[in-house]
Amino acid sequence: MARTLFEKVWDAHVVAAETKDTPAVLYIDLHLIHEVTTPQAFAVLRERQLGVRRPDLTLATMDHSTPTLPGASFRDARIIGSSAALQIAQMQENCAEFGIELLDQDSDDRGIVHIIGPELGATQPGKTIVCGDSHTSTHGAFGALAFGIGTTEVGHVLATQCLLQRKPRTLAINVSGHLQAGVSAKDLILQIIGRIGVDGGTGHVIEYRGETIAALSMDARMTVCNMSIEAGARAGMIAPDDVTFDYLHGKPRAPKGADWDTAVARWRELQSEPGAEFDKEVSIDAGRLQPMVTFGTNPGMVVGIQDPVPENSGDSSFRKALDYMQLQPGKPLTDTDVDVVFVGSCTNARLSDLQQAASILQGRRVAAGVQMLVVPGSQQIKAQAEALGLDEVFLAAGAEWRESGCSMCLGMNGDTVASGKLSVSTSNRNFEGRQGVGARTVLASPMTAAASAIRGKVADPREYLSGE
Amino acid sequence: MTLQAVTTISSRTVVLPTRDIDTDQIIPARFLTATSREGFGEHLFYDLRYQADGSPNPAFPLNQATAQDCRILVAGNNFGCGSSREHAPWALLDYGIQAVISTEIADIFRNNALKNGLLPVVVNADVHDWLLDNPGVAVEVSVPEASLRLPDGRTVHFPIDDFARYCLVEGIDQLGFLLQQEERISGFERDRPWTP
Ligand code: SF4
Repeated sequence: MARTLFEKVWDAHVVAAETKDTPAVLYIDLHLIHEVTTPQAFAVLRERQLGVRRPDLTLATMDHSTPTLPGASFRDARIIGSSAALQIAQMQENCAEFGIELLDQDSDDRGIVHIIGPELGATQPGKTIVCGDSHTSTHGAFGALAFGIGTTEVGHVLATQCLLQRKPRTLAINVSGHLQAGVSAKDLILQIIGRIGVDGGTGHVIEYRGETIAALSMDARMTVCNMSIEAGARAGMIAPDDVTFDYLHGKPRAPKGADWDTAVARWRELQSEPGAEFDKEVSIDAGRLQPMVTFGTNPGMVVGIQDPVPENSGDSSFRKALDYMQLQPGKPLTDTDVDVVFVGSCTNARLSDLQQAASILQGRRVAAGVQMLVVPGSQQIKAQAEALGLDEVFLAAGAEWRESGCSMCLGMNGDTVASGKLSVSTSNRNFEGRQGVGARTVLASPMTAAASAIRGKVADPREYLSGE
Repeated sequence: MTLQAVTTISSRTVVLPTRDIDTDQIIPARFLTATSREGFGEHLFYDLRYQADGSPNPAFPLNQATAQDCRILVAGNNFGCGSSREHAPWALLDYGIQAVISTEIADIFRNNALKNGLLPVVVNADVHDWLLDNPGVAVEVSVPEASLRLPDGRTVHFPIDDFARYCLVEGIDQLGFLLQQEERISGFERDRPWTP
């Protein structure tokens, strides 16, 4: 029977088949870990006197509770709070004791966990990849099966390199049409979530397909897959192609020499076969897509930047969200005052994201009274951006240029938005309080974020495209 | 290691009718720097439960006198969406909630909940509407029967993975089961056509 991309990767990792009584035992090829969701898992290993089965398939970094202020030390409790400092120290001890490679503060390779996996070439087509973090779906952009797990499961993978899993269903999202200038992958995925809903993917693995997806860069594909979880999906995948292979070629942990050729030959097989059936299919026309912004408190509450916030349908959750955001139905967001702009996170802190933001900011200034933070996704991206002079564009515009980390995406490290303030953010979640208690978050693309920083109000980036 | 077996949960319900209650609302990120599993109940729904000055928010359902000692939470559609933080079910359990009833419960949250003995109960819209409209009713959840008994005598069944149910009822932890697969795991590593 014709199989989907997901089924091929799934089948290749089944250690023990699923039965009515028991889930499948699924082998994991790459286990990424970070400081927030692992301490309790290591505690279980110690309690039960277990080791880490495959430290060589495990890679650790620290990103969530780490400071991003230039010059700040990971141990600087004044900046990040003493419990965060303790969490960081524990991560260092746990990795040392269990023989796991940790990209620590002094590593040039450290960064947000979902940015460094691909960047190092550890993320590869056909692998199963897990992490105690829901945005693990990012790695699916390479044709890997990648999903977030809880801390108990982190313990399972550390001890056995396996997980107990029921096979998810499949959802194909077919995208056609050419993205217009000023419109990016972020706008596309926001549109998709708006269309299928924040629970539209529950129980499913999404495969993004079609000409629009094939035309996207790897950075853009990662932005799309990253937010699969915001539609409730278990994972998001894109079939690997020459764009994927070109990206991986020469990356430090990608196969080399003859191994590279063998790997590429194997990766080329990772396509859904003609006639393969998905449990659900959705079609999206991206040709008329405009920049998208969220108006509510989940990523599915989204409108085109020129479109009015919809009228509420007498639904109390909807009203509550608009009250929280202090927005009115019937009006577009474009007149809304902005206090903070955040360009960062595993959704949009790769080099091309920073380039897009810089292209809008070039020769312009952030509006008075607006704080703009630019936080590269990794130390490597920071170095690449500095080599291109992007840091100077940001600094000259009046933005802050930080060390890599999750930062204001979830505000665990002290980078927060004050209560009641409105933030235009390139991150992935506009939940109540996500960026700080009472903070109001509008999710948008790097271009929209940069345009909004200049205007001091939510702004359409197409007004700032060069040549116009 | 064995977990506490979970078989029957009888309690009055406390109702949070909002849909899409995400894990950031269940336990805000600033409380995630703790490195043990204990004590998260104190911070459960923190920004909803407490006002800016730190006093309890009297309008929040969990703070009402009738909600004290309720062990079953009825929530709006799509409960637990968002992050993979297991701190969310830890916080609910630590607070005293043992089952969550909704029309839909997000994947990772449901997985995490089951591994810790917090029961996710998915019901149809009719039953859900009735429960939302009648806060504080006494209900009983039976894990072996996978059923929810309502005070009017109706019994409705909810879906639960057979393996998860077995583990809950017997108090078996899944790591033990995985560790017993050692031979197959080694065999898989030896025989697979390529290595990661
Ligand atoms: S950047 Fe945000 S979403 Fe991504 S891993 Fe960090 S906290 Fe999670």
